[in-house]
Amino acid sequence: MRKIKELIIEKSLLSSALVTIAVTIGIILVLAIEAFLFFKEVSIFDFFTDTQWTPLFTEKHYGILPLLSGTLLTTFIAISVAMPIGLSISIYLSEYAPRSFRKTIKPLLELLAAVPSVVYGFFALVVVTPYLQQFMPSLSGFNSLSAGIVMGIMIIPFVSSLSEDALFAVPKSLREASYGMGATRLQTAFKVVVPAASSGIIVSIILAISRAIGETMIVAIAAGQQPRLTLDPTVPVETITAYIVQVSLGDVQHGSLEYRTIFAAGITLFVFTFLLNTVSFRIRKKYREKYD
Amino acid sequence: MTSIQKNRLKDQLFKFWGIACTLIGLVMLVIFIGGILVDGLSRIDWAFITDLPSRKAEKSGIWTPLMGSVWVLVLTAIISFPISVAAGVYLEEYAKKNRLSAMLEINISNLAGVPSIIYGLLGLEVFVRIMNLGASVLAGALTLSLLILPIIVVATREAIKAVPNSIRDASYALGASKWQTIWNQVLPASSGGILTGVILALSRAVGEAAPLIVVGALAYVPFAPRGPLDQFSVLPIQIFNWISRPQQGFIDNAAAAIIILLLITFIMNGIAVYFRNKWQKKLQ
Repeated sequence: MRKIKELIIEKSLLSSALVTIAVTIGIILVLAIEAFLFFKEVSIFDFFTDTQWTPLFTEKHYGILPLLSGTLLTTFIAISVAMPIGLSISIYLSEYAPRSFRKTIKPLLELLAAVPSVVYGFFALVVVTPYLQQFMPSLSGFNSLSAGIVMGIMIIPFVSSLSEDALFAVPKSLREASYGMGATRLQTAFKVVVPAASSGIIVSIILAISRAIGETMIVAIAAGQQPRLTLDPTVPVETITAYIVQVSLGDVQHGSLEYRTIFAAGITLFVFTFLLNTVSFRIRKKYREKYD
Repeated sequence: MTSIQKNRLKDQLFKFWGIACTLIGLVMLVIFIGGILVDGLSRIDWAFITDLPSRKAEKSGIWTPLMGSVWVLVLTAIISFPISVAAGVYLEEYAKKNRLSAMLEINISNLAGVPSIIYGLLGLEVFVRIMNLGASVLAGALTLSLLILPIIVVATREAIKAVPNSIRDASYALGASKWQTIWNQVLPASSGGILTGVILALSRAVGEAAPLIVVGALAYVPFAPRGPLDQFSVLPIQIFNWISRPQQGFIDNAAAAIIILLLITFIMNGIAVYFRNKWQKKLQ
């Protein structure tokens, strides 16, 4: 009797774990089926080469490049902000800061990631853009620059927290050997500790990039809704995520080609983040083996 | 200057640079929250909380999106809690080192990295269309439950991992079965850590707008939801809607609603940190 009960419990726990697999399969199926129906009407060649994205206009073009460039542009700006600041923080906290300071500041930094992204969107649109316009009069009201900067601030803890863990895990003996040779903390940090923790640092940056690519509300609010193939950070653009929001807010018929565009855009987004996550997972596995 | 002095100077400069970087994000956050308080605090009164939405900024309240957020939060907690804790227990206590558990592990790590808006597309197709729930509170809550599932699973596993093996051995020695050991010893000992993870995940859910917009939550709902199948809006979507309007009155409303949303988020985070500290002391 007891054995049967134990077995039933184990199987029901297993089925809960299998729900997570079902979610992944569900995501892939939903995206693949709707995208397949989309590509029956739009050629995949046009999708990747057409330089215009105008599914909601009378003259329709289905080129993903403008949405992709908008996504990569905001992501690039965000990473340019988050990477130097986040890495400096992690090196400072692990190599310089007193333990008590490190213990208080880490949860505070995590707070940056806990603030809802719609709040950051407000910040970008209502505070940062008007402020930047004082120095750059040509800056448009919607632009990728302020959206990217604010997104960068949001993902600082993603970079700093994971990198700091990696730096902190480097064995003390390596540092002591370096100090023993007369090196300063700065030399030790950059010539010994950072190279030893490089895989963990790379993982943190990849995850931050993946997070920035999928970020939605900041760009939907502050970067605009004009798909445009450009690298100019001062003009309105549209990201893949912002496009999905734009269509979802409107009244689009289920099963129409317009409806399917959000799945075609979605699968592009999914493939990008999936690749980044897989790469980071691989690196993390390898790195763990190295230190255990 | 000798090269030793130069190196020492560089060392000191980097120290100040590091402090500056550590503080800059927090300073921005403080400036920003300060600005929002200036814009929004005067707008908050009892009527702002309890009024229904209106076309006029000064008459609009947040009652319907606030109630929508509460509904979504409660349903999300009810749905996600049992499944994700069960999954976490399975992976930590039962799973053997085989291909299935390796796959489950990679899969959960991948799910945690899927952008929230993709969960919205999944919810739109599965819950809204196929299960025919419409753009209801339930469809929204199911979508957010899937979104926070990997977060709670990971937190549950960490919490269970922290329970010392001696507790398990003692329980087995007394003749308890595996499940009795888990239910009577391991889960109570890890409850603080699990609770922390659940609250943090829910505080993430309460700030999400994108997946719910895709699922079809509305910016304008005349009444607060009365059941799980009613239409709904949530605070972040109401804020998004107000930000998109040109009149200053609505911007002030958005700032005021942001204060309420931040209050909810920070209180939840505070509770989570409190539980974690208490639990970590107990474990030691």
